[in-house]
Amino acid sequence: MSARIDLSDVGQVFWVQDDADKQKRQFVALEDVDLTVSAGEFLTLVGPSGCGKSTILDLISGLTKPSAGTLRIDGRPITGPGLDRSVVFQQYTLLPWRTARANVEFALEAKGGLTKAERVRIADEYLELVGLSEFANRLPGELSGGMKQRVAIARSLSYQPEVLLMDEPFGALDAQTRERLQEELLGIWRRTGTTVVFITHDIDEAVFLGQRVAVMSAAPGRIREVVDIRLDRSAAGDDDIRGTQAFAGYRHRIWSLLRERTGRPEEVASVA
Amino acid sequence: MPSTLLDERTDTGLNPRQRQAARATQVTSYATRLGRIGRGLLGFALLALIWEFVPRLGLVDSYFLPPLHTVLSAWWEMVQDGTLWTNLRASLVRSATGFSIALAIAIPLGAAIAWYRPTREVLTPPLEVFRNTAALALLPVFQLILGIGETSKIAIVTYACFFPVLLSTISGVSTVDPQLLRSAKVLGLGPVTTFRKVVFPAAVPTIFTGIRISGAAAILVLIAAELIGATAGLGFLINYSEMNFLIPKMYAAILTTTLLGLTVNYGLVGLERRFSRWRA
Repeated sequence: MSARIDLSDVGQVFWVQDDADKQKRQFVALEDVDLTVSAGEFLTLVGPSGCGKSTILDLISGLTKPSAGTLRIDGRPITGPGLDRSVVFQQYTLLPWRTARANVEFALEAKGGLTKAERVRIADEYLELVGLSEFANRLPGELSGGMKQRVAIARSLSYQPEVLLMDEPFGALDAQTRERLQEELLGIWRRTGTTVVFITHDIDEAVFLGQRVAVMSAAPGRIREVVDIRLDRSAAGDDDIRGTQAFAGYRHRIWSLLRERTGRPEEVASVA
Repeated sequence: MPSTLLDERTDTGLNPRQRQAARATQVTSYATRLGRIGRGLLGFALLALIWEFVPRLGLVDSYFLPPLHTVLSAWWEMVQDGTLWTNLRASLVRSATGFSIALAIAIPLGAAIAWYRPTREVLTPPLEVFRNTAALALLPVFQLILGIGETSKIAIVTYACFFPVLLSTISGVSTVDPQLLRSAKVLGLGPVTTFRKVVFPAAVPTIFTGIRISGAAAILVLIAAELIGATAGLGFLINYSEMNFLIPKMYAAILTTTLLGLTVNYGLVGLERRFSRWRA
């Protein structure tokens, strides 16, 4: 289950009020964004904060409409949210009054056409996929941050979307939990073959997860370059692939791309 | 053993992460807990002793404040001859009716007001005005329009219960975590389903705060209304006993209102805990 995503000449403009002179002006969040994600691909999107990463995700998920350009999924224009796509947010967004299992069921209820027994069976299946079978009856408040995010991932996958959109899903987790979840996410992706668009501001994370890394620049938000990542994961074996020479090379390349930008006024000010 | 607040609050123990790792809460020793309950009972016993002996020792006129045992025997007498039950029932029926009517109207109305931003913006200021108008100040108005019978008493209880529930419903519904709404939208849920499955359950604990305030108000306002004009009810019983110089009975009736208030409050607190368990 996977689909191809096409963005062409996408632009997004918001009307804002300037804090200094209270004048209304336009804020260009995105400009001329062209991006194609092929079916079954794992694409990561890095960029400085405020560059419009999340805006791109909101557009693909259908939560907002673009000011210019078109977005298509398998050739069909995106007109609103749909069950062919699912989103994992940084804040876990679980319903705190529902158990882990019932939270996964929530997505299946939205899908419809399933009996209670079927929903429970599918929910348990996906909780097992993320390694949380024994916590099915816990409330989110009784789970750690990493576990909550696993539930959110199980919920997003349970209705078998063709595209999985992830907005800095591991941003609030501690380093060790984050690395574990990154590895598990890759495993899940290989098994399900879902198209994944993953947003992060962490260069290591982007290189580790992505088959391609789209590097963005800010003000206005654009795709600066798309870097192909060719890491021989099988050769690394049990070794940490992050420690290899190739990994370091990609990390430096992306770091440089993020650095050498036309300086924004704030940045110039902060340097001075 | 920690004694002052300073020692108690700064005493070291498991931090939340250790507690999670150990999957346990720190034990409070049996003796400590027993001590806590014991001291609570001690406070209770002290109050009873003061009430018993202050009139007996002649520190206050025992005609106006009879010793506790006199009050308790008057209470028991009223339990046996059915006076207490008749009046308690009258009060209960009135407050329960008014309370239920208020909930039945305030919760849906509050939800509707909060759901549509313009109605919320138009209605919030006048609602604040109504809420801050003491229900009892309006008792003459209710009696003028609805007479001095049951209707005006139930109406004033409804009025007193209505605003806390309405305002807490509005606040609960309008402060739902926007992230939850976004995730519902991403799942393609319509407004009705989103309301039923996300917004309302999220608002329940906040609504319950209003319900608890209303529960207390229902009894308070009713007793006051019954003091002024009624032929049955706890308020009537207090007033009637006082007028006829049946002072022990008057205190017995007052004690009953206290018991009723305690029962209602703890009952609602218990329900509130049950419905808000997820709010860690």
